Amino acid sequence: MTETFYEVLRRQGITRRSFLKFCSLTAASLGLGPAFVGKFAHAMETKPRIPVLWLHGLECTCCTESFIRSANPLAKDVILSMISLDYDDTIMAAAGHHAEAILDEVIAQYKGNYILACEGNPPLNQDGMSCIIGGKPYLEQLKKVAEHSMAIISWGSCASWGCVQAARPNPTHAVPIHKVIHDKPIIKVPGCPPIPEVMTAVVTYILTFGKLPELDRQGRPKMFYSQRIHDKCYRRPHFDAGQFVETWDDEGARKGYCLYKMGCKGPTTYNACSTIRWNEGTSFPIQAGHGCIGCSEDAFWDKGSWYARLTDIKQFGIEENADKVGGTVAGVVGAATVAHMAVSAVKRTQQKGDQE
Amino acid sequence: MSAKKTPNGYTLDDTGRRVVVDPVTRIEGHMRCEVNVDENNVIRNAVSTGTMWRGLEVILKGRDPRDAWAFVERICGVCTGCHALTSARAVEDALGIRIPPNAHLIREMMAKTLQVHDHVVHFYHLHALDWVNPINALKADPKATSVLQQTISAHHPLSSPGYFRDIQNRIKKFVESGQLGPFKNGYWDNPAYRMTPEADLMAVTHYLEALDLQKEFVKVHTVFGGKNPHPNYLVGGVPCAINMDGDLAAGAPLNMERLNFVRARIQEMIDFNNNVYIPDVIAIASFYKKQLWGGGLGARSVMDYGAYPSVNYDKSTDQLPGGVILNDNWDEVFPVDPRDPQQVQEFVTHSWYKYPDESKGLHPWDGITEANYALGPNTRGTRTSIEELDEDAKYSWIKAPRWRGHAVEVGPLSRYTLAYAQGVEYVQDQVNRSVAAFNELAGTSLDAKTALQSTIGRTLARALESQYCGDMMLDDWNQLIANIKAGDSSTANMEKWDPSTWPKEAKGVGTAAAPRGALGHWIRIKDGKIDNYQCVVPTTWNGSPRDPMGNIGAFEACLLNTPVERADEPVEILRSLHSFDPCLACSTHVMSEAGKELAKVKVR
Repeated sequence: MTETFYEVLRRQGITRRSFLKFCSLTAASLGLGPAFVGKFAHAMETKPRIPVLWLHGLECTCCTESFIRSANPLAKDVILSMISLDYDDTIMAAAGHHAEAILDEVIAQYKGNYILACEGNPPLNQDGMSCIIGGKPYLEQLKKVAEHSMAIISWGSCASWGCVQAARPNPTHAVPIHKVIHDKPIIKVPGCPPIPEVMTAVVTYILTFGKLPELDRQGRPKMFYSQRIHDKCYRRPHFDAGQFVETWDDEGARKGYCLYKMGCKGPTTYNACSTIRWNEGTSFPIQAGHGCIGCSEDAFWDKGSWYARLTDIKQFGIEENADKVGGTVAGVVGAATVAHMAVSAVKRTQQKGDQE
Repeated sequence: MSAKKTPNGYTLDDTGRRVVVDPVTRIEGHMRCEVNVDENNVIRNAVSTGTMWRGLEVILKGRDPRDAWAFVERICGVCTGCHALTSARAVEDALGIRIPPNAHLIREMMAKTLQVHDHVVHFYHLHALDWVNPINALKADPKATSVLQQTISAHHPLSSPGYFRDIQNRIKKFVESGQLGPFKNGYWDNPAYRMTPEADLMAVTHYLEALDLQKEFVKVHTVFGGKNPHPNYLVGGVPCAINMDGDLAAGAPLNMERLNFVRARIQEMIDFNNNVYIPDVIAIASFYKKQLWGGGLGARSVMDYGAYPSVNYDKSTDQLPGGVILNDNWDEVFPVDPRDPQQVQEFVTHSWYKYPDESKGLHPWDGITEANYALGPNTRGTRTSIEELDEDAKYSWIKAPRWRGHAVEVGPLSRYTLAYAQGVEYVQDQVNRSVAAFNELAGTSLDAKTALQSTIGRTLARALESQYCGDMMLDDWNQLIANIKAGDSSTANMEKWDPSTWPKEAKGVGTAAAPRGALGHWIRIKDGKIDNYQCVVPTTWNGSPRDPMGNIGAFEACLLNTPVERADEPVEILRSLHSFDPCLACSTHVMSEAGKELAKVKVR
């Protein structure tokens, strides 16, 4: 999907001689012998792994933690063999200006051909200085890296919606990525955090098929966010049969009855928890006895207590009402064109690259 | 300023060259560090700055106390669950709720799973690259690595020459691609890296093994809490009801299959601690045997609230007992009371917050948090482009908590110091055995105290705590089975679930041994809603800026007098800072009660 590193350099008018010099400097900086120079050159002339710059704003790092929980593929395989995770301040060896230099290098070398992965979001209050990177507001770093990116992945509910720091009264005025970056395709992968295998599936889909996944009206990959938790919940038959948990640790709780009366947000939450489940399919919140808190939905922090019953859902005839609820939620923020815009923007980027 | 002495006994001298590290990477959240080095490249002044805040406490105001656990859980996704646990404890304390023994055991297993997971991921994925050089591993002889592995850990099954050769080939291919990913721009030709290629290869191999295994450990959270990161908690107990042999047990949260599954994960943690983690820390440390700096405040004053009671609600049964040790006097341990307004207090003279009287500290129940982002007159740079901070003024988003006015270190080293000093046999035995193993490998004759009070000792204490937690977890699992066998399947106490049963006003405190140290949450409830909520977290203690008296905190203290090989490549700074496992999202989540906006960044 991308040009090789060598092709990019040549396109920018850099000679083969300079390219080989770059390779030998890289080898020398690693304390490796001249034998490695040829190997670097060969690898870069063939197919580079797509660079990913993973930035962190105001967040809790649960998205990175979730990403490394992925079982299929393993996080190590993604990092060693699929992408080139050149910047992620949670795991990278370099620090300080050596770390920041990587951003400039990658932006220069892979202009328009790298992915920006965003975890967390920028705060706008306090001159943006409630999130400082390298002595400057995080927002500056974000805009700099976004400018030449091919596409942006908004990991988790912070980057997608704002999440907990944006809950009322949002003291830092934290905003999701799409509120400050308007000219790039953005894939939202919400959840607090998203499911590990959903995260790696989004990445591997892009690498495998050379395009962004189809997005819904809110900018989420349809393949993981087109169904409510409730639609495929293993406790759904108990809902239909009117068998509910009435209080914690009662007979119904021990029998795995429906948690709707305990405030479960499964009927209004679009996510893959009841199908893909969590941590290699081990379980998911409802199976472990607590209702869904709706963590992949916009502003879920401000939609009432976890334990307040959804009011618009009748005990029977769920289909009509739940659809109504779900449809409303989907319609609030979504713009039908986002998905198509995203895909075509990437196609444009590619065509442009091919022509040059 | 030139040289000056702090009340807690450190000499600071800012006359030498200033070195700035921002961002400090391989931590949770955002942090900056500035140091001054003298003409011999020895650190003589250190300034640690929390560079983010999110304002969760103000967001909690007016909400249902039973919901608080989920909000504060999102303070940190690395130490996931420990804030939720502490929050549930604070609310239960305020409302007088006692949870059933089974709920306690399940919460304990979740807390200890977090300890093992967090400590393992910290050592291998956040800390190891300070000691281990993955590029150097390419030069290793896999056969010699195999011998080394079998010498330091005879029971680890993955130790054949072919196994190490395969890993080496994979790393080689990765490096040859020229795309170094997370290893890019590391300090790989810095002589501060001291290990042999064989040891580097072994350690890099375990970096990958640990990455694969950590995702197994957390499945204990997935069974009990439905997911990880951020498993679910419940005020009054745990949400996972037990059904061993009744109707529909297969669809119940906990049944025999689920508990067997948990048992298997516990065994994996125990085996990894014993066969890989502990031997690795000792072996790696032996290459750095002369580097006994970095003890800092941990060599003087330490604190913890105490944790892991074998009988819930009986602090005398804490398996890691709390207390305070001051000025390295292990013969006297002061008791800690988080309710006493004179003990835990937070100061803001050097923090970006405002108090009516900044010469005084405030107890968390009466805490005020009003933002005041302001830089001192000697700052170099501008308000939004800082080159060098002025540490005589305000310079961090972290407050400065003190115990009776004393700066103290918290964390595994503090807990192990307190446990050792108070005669916990398991801990004494662990420390003595591992220091003996270290001496044998390194050819040294260090005593336990000298070895512990260093950067390496802080890292060792964390590994030992992981091992202890693995063993304690097995006891918890066995006790849970025994309870069920005796006919007790209760997991939640719902007597005071309904807010109509609550008093008009209540206040409570919850504490826990978070992976990074002593964690406390303080809550005030009024008319069924949260009236005030304050968290004082481990990195607030360790990463604190100076207080009105001029005492420095643990991060700053640990760096002093450390020699660095190359001032431009901060590997020694990273080593000591990482030995605390900094968590900045935890330390800096506070915000103005009014939540007022002071200034805005223009968007477009």
